Amino acid sequence: MNLTLKIWRQKDSKTKGQMVDYKVTDISEHMSFLEMMDVLNEQLINAGEEPVAFDHDCREGICGMCSMYINGEAHGPDRGVTTCQLHMRMFKDGDTITIEPFRAKAFPVIKDLVVDRSSFDRIQHAGGYISVNTSGNTQDANATPISKHDADEAMDAATCIGCGACVATCKNSSAMLFVGAKVSQYALLPQGQVEATDRVKNMVAQMDLEGFGNCSNTGACEIECPKGISLENIARMNRELLKATFKS
Amino acid sequence: MSKFFTSSIGRKYAMALSALFLMFFLLQHFAINILSVFSPNAFNEASHFMGTFWVIQYVMQPILIFGVMYHFIMGFILEIKNRNARVVKYAKNNGSANSSWMSRNMIYSGLAILGFLVLHFIDFWIPEINTKYIQGDMSGLLVDGEGYRYYEELTHKFVNPLRVGAYVLAFVFLSLHLMHGFSSAFQSSGVSSMRKEKLQAFGKAYAIIIPLGFILIALFHHFNH
Repeated sequence: MNLTLKIWRQKDSKTKGQMVDYKVTDISEHMSFLEMMDVLNEQLINAGEEPVAFDHDCREGICGMCSMYINGEAHGPDRGVTTCQLHMRMFKDGDTITIEPFRAKAFPVIKDLVVDRSSFDRIQHAGGYISVNTSGNTQDANATPISKHDADEAMDAATCIGCGACVATCKNSSAMLFVGAKVSQYALLPQGQVEATDRVKNMVAQMDLEGFGNCSNTGACEIECPKGISLENIARMNRELLKATFKS
Repeated sequence: MSKFFTSSIGRKYAMALSALFLMFFLLQHFAINILSVFSPNAFNEASHFMGTFWVIQYVMQPILIFGVMYHFIMGFILEIKNRNARVVKYAKNNGSANSSWMSRNMIYSGLAILGFLVLHFIDFWIPEINTKYIQGDMSGLLVDGEGYRYYEELTHKFVNPLRVGAYVLAFVFLSLHLMHGFSSAFQSSGVSSMRKEKLQAFGKAYAIIIPLGFILIALFHHFNH
């Protein structure tokens, strides 16, 4: 298929960017979106032009590195996939595809389609961990009974790969689905109870400090999340913060 | 606790609580207004009670005014903050692919409701305060002293078709606001999804029935005057 791409080009974080049009030809419908971008970049390199910078790593939907806002949606029009898993069969011959970086004040553009998502790392550092003795006397995890329901819910929350699609999609650039998932995965397990009070308070405080917007419950994040993280995690985080506030 | 209420989640709770209070007030307001369709006397009695009972006037009314002001002012503050959280806008954004129009445009439906409230205050609340607390007439009686004035005042306001039109339009926006606002208030309050489906169905019914009821009351008085 032959496509027209409208891509955000930005030299660096300080330079103003703009949309630039490119043509790509003979794209197979079996290619992933990133492979199509590779074809474009080869074309640009052969023509002596600067290739389009974009984030990628595992290319199997696990690492959370690939981003891109494709035709007005985070990770493109397919559901439950990252950009690396988005196939070109989702598009038609002759289509014009708009490709932009994830946009949020807390995700500044580094170059072209690459954004700085270290704000997520700082939120994790603020409380997204548990204290476990790993000096060789670690207790067998199976020795602690956990209900199947709680284990499943915690696992569902833990599938968040921190890609930032929730922030990119949210009309308010809110990070509450990400933080809700990270708070939930520990809040549901006995191992997470030791730091439960400080965790939610510190992670929410860091989230606010990073300049993310406020959740207004549109539910767009849940729809666009490649891992299907549920809004229930935001409700749980809200309950956890209320509980933590009363406890302290 | 002060940190809680200045945090993003604390503000969500406060917005949700003020919304729940306003939705309860709306239900109570509707229950009294619907009396005007079936029994002018009952409407007059209920209105006089609400307008003169000290708990309503000096406790509930200030809470209501605070609730309304808080909901609007915080709504605007959050909207500004949210807009500032994305400096460069998307060239192409397909919002309808993942969210409802109502949820994305709460600020506009809210502004329409604010416009209606200004009209409503000029129509009813300011004359009421003037009669009772400036002129000192707490009797609730008509000028000629023949019965209560509340039903007369209500029906008189719905003579002008332009005002009725404005009321109908405002309640359409209120319905759109509640379509998202009702379930959103419970989600913000941390209500579990297990209870959410029934609440969402109840919320949709509330968002349609109550505004539609207000519209029908206005039309009833307009065509029966």
